[in-house]
Amino acid sequence: MKQAVAGAIALMASTFAVHAAEKAPGEVEFDEYGAVAESLTGVPGDPERGREIVADRGLGNCVACHAAEALADVQWHGEIGPVLDGAGSRWGEPELRGIVANAKMMFDGTMMPAFYKTDGFIRPGDAYTGEPAPDDLPPILNAQQVEDVVAYLLTLKES
Amino acid sequence: MKTSLKGTLGMAAALAGLTLGTGLMAGEDDNLIVNEEIEMTVRAPAPEHVDAFDTIYSGWVFRSDETQALQADDFDNPAFVFVDTAIDSWNTVDGTEGKSCASCHEDPMESMAGVRAVYPKWNEQAGEVRTLEMQVNGCRTEQMGAEPWKYDGTDMVNMTALISVPSRGMPVDVSFDGPEREMWEKGKELYYTRTGQLELACANCHEDHYGDMIRADHLSQGQINGFPVYRLKNAKLNSAHARFKGCIRDTRAHTFAPGSDEFVALELYVATRGNGLSVEAPSVRN
Repeated sequence: MKQAVAGAIALMASTFAVHAAEKAPGEVEFDEYGAVAESLTGVPGDPERGREIVADRGLGNCVACHAAEALADVQWHGEIGPVLDGAGSRWGEPELRGIVANAKMMFDGTMMPAFYKTDGFIRPGDAYTGEPAPDDLPPILNAQQVEDVVAYLLTLKES
Repeated sequence: MKTSLKGTLGMAAALAGLTLGTGLMAGEDDNLIVNEEIEMTVRAPAPEHVDAFDTIYSGWVFRSDETQALQADDFDNPAFVFVDTAIDSWNTVDGTEGKSCASCHEDPMESMAGVRAVYPKWNEQAGEVRTLEMQVNGCRTEQMGAEPWKYDGTDMVNMTALISVPSRGMPVDVSFDGPEREMWEKGKELYYTRTGQLELACANCHEDHYGDMIRADHLSQGQINGFPVYRLKNAKLNSAHARFKGCIRDTRAHTFAPGSDEFVALELYVATRGNGLSVEAPSVRN
């Protein structure tokens, strides 16, 4: 019994810790150039998971618009945005975090969707169903997924 | 015999298409001649009101050589199975007045020539812009005493395909400077509105990035001169509104319904962006 209570308290504490460290989409602080200095989670991003998110149609699907030689094993790269190769040399971590979270803060009017934003949309939908969005519309990527993508992009150095 | 001859010619056209095709734009110079007689205008000077383009291109230009070839002969074009079905319903009596389409309009190949080219169109009596679908349902309810068809249902899309056939090769010539202007402006506004969680407007893809790949899709200018289109993707005819619905859904938006005022307005506006291209419907796309 005592153990169970202690366990519950520990669980609550860890849950609280994660929430305290994680920034909600509305709380992200962009600097005047659209960069975000502080990690969204406090947990270092995992570049391997980031690579999967970049390639996966159901997650980031970044290659829909961006080509990259580094992702040559992934089928069908788009030609809408700049190539991702070298992104980790062209930008620092705060800039990449800002671009992934909401690129419009850096590039006014850019076509690139904001991956960590939950309001200010016109006719938001419930993912790709065509139905109206729920009240608690989640961002396209969660905070840790954004960190993972940033960590992966940082590995794409100019050769 | 005639059929097999036509088939052979279609095959030859297909092979020629395969040889001539160059790169992603499928050849700046490729031309579409259907049944060796209908010369389609697949590229034309942009209408004056379209600032973004010098040249407008039919969606046909952006498709693969194999897909392009399917449209070069009606025996190869899978849409014609559905056109045949529509010929049957054209001749079928329905409703309280004991009429079929043919009772008033006789042979659609003659009576409907030129109709597809000018729709959507202002209807003075109704005081509204009508799409071809609305006009068909107007006929059914007002003249035939029949139930209206579902706006983007099978009966309707097949019928609009049939009605389009005798206009093939004619230039799209949809008006927008008369009483339909208000709807046209509304459609234009929607064309440039960035909807959904992806915040994408029609213009982001089809004006700023036509010719580019977005994942496995080759972006066209979003012209609707080929609608209704037979899509290889779903193996049936698709109305312009059904396509609009899918496109806006794919911006992670709460989409609009086929037949809604918004889509009537959008169809009117997008149709005028293609003024000068040939009516191609029913066309073949992927």
